[in-house]
Amino acid sequence: MTPGLNHYLVVSGLLFSLGLLGVLGRRNLLIIYMGLELMLNAGNLALVSFSRFNGNLNGQVMVFFTITVAAAEVAVGLALIVALYRKRQTAHVEDLTTLKF
Amino acid sequence: MQPSDETRSIPNSIMPPLTDFLFYAFSGLTLACGLLCVLNPFSRNPVTSAMFLVLTIVSMAGLFVLLHAFFLAAVQVLVYAGAVMVLFLFVIMLLDLREEERRRFKTFTLGTGALVVAVIAGLLVRVLSGALPVSRPGPGIEGDTKVLGRILFEQYLLPFEVLSLLLLVAMVGAILLSKKDMK
Repeated sequence: MTPGLNHYLVVSGLLFSLGLLGVLGRRNLLIIYMGLELMLNAGNLALVSFSRFNGNLNGQVMVFFTITVAAAEVAVGLALIVALYRKRQTAHVEDLTTLKF
Repeated sequence: MQPSDETRSIPNSIMPPLTDFLFYAFSGLTLACGLLCVLNPFSRNPVTSAMFLVLTIVSMAGLFVLLHAFFLAAVQVLVYAGAVMVLFLFVIMLLDLREEERRRFKTFTLGTGALVVAVIAGLLVRVLSGALPVSRPGPGIEGDTKVLGRILFEQYLLPFEVLSLLLLVAMVGAILLSKKDMK
């Protein structure tokens, strides 16, 4: 069957679910970050396929912006993880319970 | 499938089966590598996850090429597989997390997480399978550099400049956060 919009959207939805599974299930901060990246990529794929099948290039420009924002987010987030590791010697979410009531 | 603009330069008899095969290959590779990145069954080392994330991103760039988003495919490889993953690997090796990954999964956490994910995935697939099938691409969309640059610098000039400011802020913030003595 020729892959249409629905095929791409199913792939995007499954990839988003995989990223969500990583964010919810893993306890390592870096792996949680990789799950976030997977979810962002799933959104990008959905935008590009909508752009292709609607005949409108604005979606691709939006993906360009998303990639840039994701790069900025990764830079700041990894710097935060490094700073956290310096203070606590851990990158494991279950050890970071200072705010827990 | 009707011969549209994408089959103009390549013979019609070869083009549709090849792109179909490539779609299934790339999407299968994307999903399999994403799963391996999240679950990481082979080792407890985060570097393996990062490598599978690289594979996911590169095969997603293949999907972008199939969607005629050539510029975005190049940007995806350059920015994600290049810059972002180098940053990830650098931080993983800087923190030296190897001995830390010995802990067990908590079954309750994993079970509830898997339940939530299964519900959301089922919802997505159900909505999408009930939607009207669209299999014909839009007219004449080629995401090459010239067209995208024209849109970017005519229609989206202000967001582009704001984005450069955001990158500057992120750079200053990252440098400040990773300084040794935070005041």
